[in-house]
Amino acid sequence: MVAGVCGGISAMIGIDVTLVRIGFVLLTLGSGVGVLAYALAWLFVPLDGETTTIFSRAIGDRRGLRLVIALVPLLIVVQIVSTALHIGYLGSFSWPLFIAAGCAILIRRNASGEERVWINDDLIPTLHSGTDQHSRRTLFLRVTVGGALGIAGLVVLLLGHPSSAALRPIGGALLVIAAIVVVFGPWWLTLVRDLIAERQARAMAEERAQMAAHVHDSVLQTLALIQRSADDPRNVVRLARAQERELRSWLFEGRPPGTIGDEATTLSEGIGLIQRQIEADHGITVHVVVVGDCALTDGLRALLDASREATVNAAKWSGAPQVSLYAEVERDVVMLFVRDRGRGFDPGAIPDDRQGIARSIRARMVRFGGSAVVRSSVGDGTEVELSMPRREPPP
Amino acid sequence: MTGEGRPRIFLVDDHAVFRSGVRAELGHAVDVIGEADEVDAAVEMINERVPDVVLLDVHLPGGGGEAVLRGVLPRHPEMRFLALSVSDAPEDVIAVIRAGARGYITKTISGEELLAAVERVGAGDAVFSPRLAGFVLDAFAHGGDGRHPPIGLDPELDQLSPREREVLRLIARGYTYKEVARDLTISSKTVESHVSSVLRKLQLSTRHELTKWATDRRLI
Repeated sequence: MVAGVCGGISAMIGIDVTLVRIGFVLLTLGSGVGVLAYALAWLFVPLDGETTTIFSRAIGDRRGLRLVIALVPLLIVVQIVSTALHIGYLGSFSWPLFIAAGCAILIRRNASGEERVWINDDLIPTLHSGTDQHSRRTLFLRVTVGGALGIAGLVVLLLGHPSSAALRPIGGALLVIAAIVVVFGPWWLTLVRDLIAERQARAMAEERAQMAAHVHDSVLQTLALIQRSADDPRNVVRLARAQERELRSWLFEGRPPGTIGDEATTLSEGIGLIQRQIEADHGITVHVVVVGDCALTDGLRALLDASREATVNAAKWSGAPQVSLYAEVERDVVMLFVRDRGRGFDPGAIPDDRQGIARSIRARMVRFGGSAVVRSSVGDGTEVELSMPRREPPP
Repeated sequence: MTGEGRPRIFLVDDHAVFRSGVRAELGHAVDVIGEADEVDAAVEMINERVPDVVLLDVHLPGGGGEAVLRGVLPRHPEMRFLALSVSDAPEDVIAVIRAGARGYITKTISGEELLAAVERVGAGDAVFSPRLAGFVLDAFAHGGDGRHPPIGLDPELDQLSPREREVLRLIARGYTYKEVARDLTISSKTVESHVSSVLRKLQLSTRHELTKWATDRRLI
């Protein structure tokens, strides 16, 4: 289900995976032991094709172990509260859950290669999905709801015990919790600070590695290509120009190279990306003129996709050595023109495959409330006119 | 132009490779009467030799193309300058145009187009590359929200007419003057007069927004 523990067990003892899973679920609902068993198995059973277990690596992870130890005072708090309030099942549930949480910490910090990537990229985001965009609002909501629930809980508890007898155990429990916070609080804080520092150091190392990778991928590769095509001046010029443009935008505009996606946040950035890609891929010159600029919306991304399609078409079919791409941001609409002086075609007699392309450009634009017009005549080049409203139409 | 009909041109560019490239490409149709690679030498030689057209790099050691224009135009107001660069910085280009250049092209232009541009500038017309047209539209777009110009400014100079805007837009889209004329069903001469009038506005306007636009761009 999560780490393949059930599958491993069923393979080992020869019972159907589904039965093993049902067993785990029942154990979890009954006493919480299922979660504990699952976590322990994850920790101690090596991955298929690996010789070391996560546990063997976790022993060396001192900070991870300290984090696990930091859970102990929390467990004590929960135990005290559950005893004070006579909620036995909370007490018995908390043991396996806390140990499982400890295991989870060690697993996350010490999982190997692929598993680590999977945890970081797939599992963690699903656990707190949406925190990136609305983190402040969700935090506020969480605190409000949590506070309301806590107060409601206290009220219910007090109402449930009409005498003041309930106040004493609660008060006692609060005092002990306060004591624990006073004793362990500073230690927790340093632990958190260490973790943040560690994360920052890792982020910096990653950035450095990325930079090295980029210089290798683009600059060194281009230099090698230039050496190889030294006897073809046109190609050398093309390579040098593409590289220069990419490097310039990377160094001075902080724009990472690559395909268009989230790294372009404005129209002119997106058009710059398209220009670089098509010049590099098709060996033609794309003359870009952009008047004004604005942030990208879904509609404008569709406009960029359509303009890329149109420019690639021109590069492939027109035979012209250069294509002009002009975009103007007006108050309510963005106009974009892709023009070549190539061989052109008769719009009345388009072969099916090209009509398909024209249609895909048009369909893309229409979906977001825009429009596309293709003008062409044989021997006179082609111009594609795209327009997209800046505000998204009401659904 | 001279009696022989071959324009006499002067090259100002700090890249020797580019200068020899231009010589090779235009040599058959023009007389290159001199070269310079920095401002002072350029000003001195141009004032002395009085070419028909100066091909002027926007970026030059010793003050840029602007400084050459300031050193020559007061003595030879009829001298025609065509600015060119590899630079993408709009404010530098606009500055050179405002200092008196009659056109701007990028260095990636083909030899044929370069010759046509030189001839056009030599004949007293303005040469707007698509990029320059874009810069101008951008510069004049600011403040086009119906606000009145400050008192004392000539409102005529501070706005582009709808027709001028149309012409610039087509040029920015990669149309030649001839294609612009056909598209708008006007004569090529009319297109040229629109472009010249835009150039005049660009050079004479004291528009606050124009300076502000340039400053904004520089700050980004």
